[in-house]
Amino acid sequence: MTLKIPVVRDILAANERLAEDNRRIFRQAGLFVINLMSGPGAGKTSLLERTIDALRQEIRMGVIEGDIQSSYDAERIGQKGVQVVQLNTGGSCHLDGNMIKSSLDALDLGNLDLLMVENVGNLVCPAEFNLGEDMKAMILSVAEGDDKPLKYPLMFQESRVLLINKIDLLPYVECDVGKMRERALQLNADLEIFEVSCRTGEGLDSWADWLRQRVSDRKAELDGAKT
Amino acid sequence: MHEMSIAQSILDIIFQESQNHKVSRVLSVSLKLGELSAVQSESLRFCFELLSKGTLAEGAKLDIERVQVTCQCQECGSKFTVQELVFTCPSCNSPKIDMLSGRELSVESFEGE
Ligand SMILES: Nc1nc2c(ncn2[C@@H]2O[C@H](COP(=O)(O)OP(=O)(O)OP(=O)(O)O)[C@@H](O)[C@H]2O)c(=O)[nH]1
Ligand SMILES: [Mg+2]
Ligand SMILES: [Zn+2]
Repeated sequence: MTLKIPVVRDILAANERLAEDNRRIFRQAGLFVINLMSGPGAGKTSLLERTIDALRQEIRMGVIEGDIQSSYDAERIGQKGVQVVQLNTGGSCHLDGNMIKSSLDALDLGNLDLLMVENVGNLVCPAEFNLGEDMKAMILSVAEGDDKPLKYPLMFQESRVLLINKIDLLPYVECDVGKMRERALQLNADLEIFEVSCRTGEGLDSWADWLRQRVSDRKAELDGAKT
Repeated sequence: MHEMSIAQSILDIIFQESQNHKVSRVLSVSLKLGELSAVQSESLRFCFELLSKGTLAEGAKLDIERVQVTCQCQECGSKFTVQELVFTCPSCNSPKIDMLSGRELSVESFEGE
């Protein structure tokens, strides 16, 4: 006899629960957490290096490096003298809540203000999996072209920030930054957009200022909740 | 591609529910996938077939319903289907909108014996 069984269950529910656990841990430690996403080679590690240089006097930062293989990016970050853990996903094209949870023991969260997670280089899959972060930020480099928002809408929808990187290359590539901005904003009108170059440093001050403000807002919020 | 982990999560749900309902063979599974979810139907079918081999869901058919992206405007209240990825209210042009559907990723039901 054939039975029809109603289920109605969210396929990502298990990940959502783990992400919520992480979120509670981050809140307790008073951390602001960023999930940094982009296609391969858009400049995630370069942006982390620049951000650490800009904020290290004022903010205690840690990094989780997600890669399919290798610990090359973690070594680059380690040279900056901040806490870093390497997560190898063993073939998986994205990080998930469980992987983040398993990496937390390797970090001294009580001694951090800002935790930055570098997701696996991929414009599609990471957008679907929450990690327990406060915000998702994405990088798109001008070398990738201005049509990307149309092809990868979910990541633009999920992100709070879009960093348009490698603007030093604008004279050499075919990319209309105005069009890129317009297409991104059609998908998500709340996107905060920064045009930067991790090579020349252009535009990175406004990004660092903005991020500094987010971290101090979080601190104020937590201090407010305590008193 | 992450269709592999999605397929595994679907199977986890199916195995649990099969046990609860004393089902020993799964014939078909009905899914809802929002148009905006980053899951490709063909790739999901492929991964599901691969992972279900040798389990009680081997050979089960995936019925996939794609759900349109619909939104409601916060300013004027009108509901609309998103065309060509423009998330702006077509009535009043406001970008302040709530998404009503399009992000679905769920197991709706399954058939078994
Ligand atoms: N011209 C130019 N090159 C850049 C810029 N930012 C990064 N790069 C270069 O782009 C390449 C990739 O940068 P990464 O920071 O490693 O990129 P990623 O996103 O971390 O790469 P994966 O982790 O492999 O996905 C490196 O050769 C960088 O030197 C920039 O603003 N301008
Ligand atoms: Mg990197
Ligand atoms: Zn409206």
